[in-house]
Order: sequence, then structure tokens, then C-alpha cells
Amino acid sequence: MIDDFLLRAGLAGLGIAILTAPLGCFVVWQRLAMFGNSVAHCGLLGVALGILLSIDLTVGVIIVSVALAALLIAMQGQKALPQDTLLGILAHAALAAGLLAATMLGGARLDLMGYLFGDILAVSTADLVWIFLGLIGVGGAMLWLWRPLLAISVHEEMAAAEGVRVMAVRAAFMLLMAFTVALSIKMVGILLIVALLIIPAAAARAFAATPEQMAIGAAGVSVLSVIAGLGMSLQFDAPAGPSIVLVMSALFAAAVPWLLLRKGA
Amino acid sequence: MSVSHIHSPETERTAQGKPVGAALVSGHGLGLTFGGRQILENVDIAVHAGEIVTLIGPNGAGKTSLARLLLGIIKPTSGEVIRAPGLRVGYVPQRFPVDPTIPLDVGRFLTLGVRARRTAVKSVLQEVGAVHLIDQQIATLSGGEFQRVCLARALIGMPGLLVLDEPAQAVDYAGEIHLYELIAEIRKRRRCGILLISHNLHVVLGASDRVICISGHVCCEGVPESVASHPEYARLFGRDAGKAVAVYRHHHDHEHTLSGEVKCGHDHD
Repeated sequence: MIDDFLLRAGLAGLGIAILTAPLGCFVVWQRLAMFGNSVAHCGLLGVALGILLSIDLTVGVIIVSVALAALLIAMQGQKALPQDTLLGILAHAALAAGLLAATMLGGARLDLMGYLFGDILAVSTADLVWIFLGLIGVGGAMLWLWRPLLAISVHEEMAAAEGVRVMAVRAAFMLLMAFTVALSIKMVGILLIVALLIIPAAAARAFAATPEQMAIGAAGVSVLSVIAGLGMSLQFDAPAGPSIVLVMSALFAAAVPWLLLRKGA
Repeated sequence: MSVSHIHSPETERTAQGKPVGAALVSGHGLGLTFGGRQILENVDIAVHAGEIVTLIGPNGAGKTSLARLLLGIIKPTSGEVIRAPGLRVGYVPQRFPVDPTIPLDVGRFLTLGVRARRTAVKSVLQEVGAVHLIDQQIATLSGGEFQRVCLARALIGMPGLLVLDEPAQAVDYAGEIHLYELIAEIRKRRRCGILLISHNLHVVLGASDRVICISGHVCCEGVPESVASHPEYARLFGRDAGKAVAVYRHHHDHEHTLSGEVKCGHDHD
């Protein structure tokens, strides 16, 4: 007999695993790990906003994440500071503001640890609905954007010359990232979310000969990690988010020899 | 076959070698300022179907910027770019490092921008002599192989206009001559317009119908012979640059040394 909360946790985990895998490939290919981090760090500010406006906290996180993505898109053209410096500044400013706001507004009611490290076992039915709507929406958009995104990842100007609307595709991808990160925060938390994006994709790179194989492989690694991580969490009464990330890391470590043996690596 | 300078017989041309009729792409009074620096000023350029136009100029002359303007990747600060309606463009950018983090074989690389059957992919790879590479990962290709694959990728969309930016950069001297022969053949077979950017003058000029020499502005333009003997050209590239061009025309009489110098079996006056 499976407990309800465990079933919800499992379904949420699988949904997020499949959602983050293809996005994670582009995070790796386009070196967007820092961007993912920044969006995640803004999550707490979104939680505070949700409390302040008494709206669904996931909606609050989505609003703030999307606003950050929009801000970054607007600042893409500037060359005075490197992109990662800018992202780092925004990330930590948002995290600091979020920590302060959430503590002051939420007080003792707010489970700060839950947001920082995730609490997949506390996933509600409403959260599940969000995740599966996200899976349909983001998944569909990714299918539609897959070819132009891939063309841009290989060579931006070549893609532009062939008629890909580079800025629009980039902006759409950043919004999808923001949305996905917002949905995943509840599960693995703000501090571990980027792991979900990059580790499965990195592990899958060792065995992939095509971009699609890498995306599917990443989903496989992710699903496996969620199942094993949840099992570990139950067995040892350990926090679920870190358990999942640790399993992922172990799978990546196991793939490293193949990664190093690749021709042309 | 040799790279020879053949005007297509059916195309009518002016004294400067410009074909009469509508251009595939043309720039009128193009100016480009970037970060307060004037990169291009009042440039007029046109590429017509079936002709090879070569853009030459020293480093920093704005060759690549001009190509990017014509491709529509960037917008001019002044002037306008006119493209023939429905024009398809194939673009081979300057040599770029292929990111080994993306698993991608040659066949897939060719079909990133367009959908095509494997037979079509094979036939276009055949055309550039790279069909044996179809299943190889692009990160493992040599410079010359990758250049051919990029050319095939530009061709697979059946472009009306090909834009090739320094296509021979990663290729040795013999490979370079081969590559320009290939480009001349492609023009002949497909009747597309080709805009070539280069600073390797002596080989390029032989394959061109028209040469435009720029250095922020158009210094001189015309058929290769007239540009090679133009004083502006001599000023930009040194007096001997023109000689090397003239020599290349009778390349059956001489050999090229490894450094690219020309050893002649006969005298020049």
C-alpha cells in the first residue's frame, strides 16, 4: 500500500525530472548554469511576494522568475560587465532580499528550509496540477523550439542568416527556464535546482551521439535519481532533495570515465 | 579543372563586369557605426545570380560587418539593404570552434536549419567531396573537412545566394586552391550568386567575376585585372600584390612553394 503523500511525491518528481531534462541540455550547451542559478535564487523573493499578496506561492515565484528573465533579456546587449558577473549580482541581491522579506513576512509559519532545500514529501495535489500543466506547456514549447534552439546553440549567426529569430527564441527559452525553475523549487529547493538541470544532461553526454539522445538520456538519469533518491530518503529518513541530487551526482561520477574516453572530447 | 575566370555567356555586363538586371541582394549607401566607431561608410554593393563577387580588404576593413549587413544579421546605421523576395541564403561564417559538448554528427549538422532526406544530405556532401564524413561527429573533423561540411550545409537549402567568409582559413595552400575550384564549380552548376570574403588575394581573384576592395569604404572595384592594377589596391596591399594575381592566371607554367610564393618557369616583364 503506497501512502498518498508518497504517490504525490513520486509523480511530482517524475514530472519535474522529465521537464528539466531537455532544458538542462540547453543549459549545458549554451552555458546557462549561472542563469539558472540566478532565477532559482530569486525564488525566495517570489515566495515573499506570494505571502504579501496572499496568492498561490507558486504564482508568486513564477512572477518574480519571469520578471528576472525579462530584466536579463533587456540587459543582454550591454557589454560593460560580463554576463556571469551581472547574473551573480542579481542572484545574490534577490536571495538576500528574499531571505529578509520571507523571514519578516512569513515569520515562524514559513518553512524556510523547505524552500532552500526542497520538501518533495510535502507536495500537494495543487502542486501536482501545476507541475503537470507545466509539463504540457513547457514540454510542448520545447518541442516547437527544439530545432531553432539547437541551431542557435551551434552557431548563432549562421542560424540568424537562415532566418531563425534569435532574440525571440532566446527570450522564449529564458521564460521557459524561469517557469520550470519556479515549478521545481518546491521539490529540490532553491539551492539545489541547478543540479537537476545540469547533472543529468552532463551524465547523458557521455553516451549520446545526437542531441535527442542526450535529452532522453538526461530524462532517464533524472527519473532514476528521483526514484532512488526518494527510496533513500524513506529508508534513512533523510531529506529528499539532497538525496535525489546525491544519486544524480553518483550517476554522473559513474559516467565520467566514458566522458573522458569520448573521441574529440 | 582549373580556376578560370569565365563570365557566363548569357549574362550581360557593364564595363566594370557588373551584370545588368536585378540583384539578389544589394546595399545602398550603407553606413555602420559601432560603439562610436565608424566601421563602414557609404558602401554600395550588389550580388547578382551566377556571379562570384569577392570582397577583399585589410584586417578591420569591415568585410565581415558588410556581409552581416547583407545577411540581415545586423541593421545598418544608414542606407538600406534590399533582398530579392523569397531569396534563400546559405552562409558559411568565419572558421568557428565547434562546441564538443553538443553531440552532433555531420548528417544532423546539415539538417539543423532545413529538413532533408538522407539521400539529399548524401548528394550535397558528395558535391563537396565529404560524403564519407556523414556519420562522423563534427567536433572530430579537421579544419579542411569542417569547411567542406559547412559548405554542404550552406548548399542544402538550395540557396540563391551563398555568403562565404574566409572559407579557406583553416585549409593549407593546396587545399585552398581545391576549395576555390569547388566554389567555382558550384557557381557553374547551381547558378547561384556567391559573395566571397577573403584576404588571400592571389587565389581568390582568379575565381572571381568582380572584386570589391574595401577599407571602411569602397576603395576600388571591377574585374580582377583592373582591381589588381588599381593604385588604391597597391596602396592597401603593397605593390607586389598585383603581380601575384597576374601570375596565378597561368598557373600551369609554375609551381607554388610551401610558403605560397610562386616559382615561375618563365620571365615576367
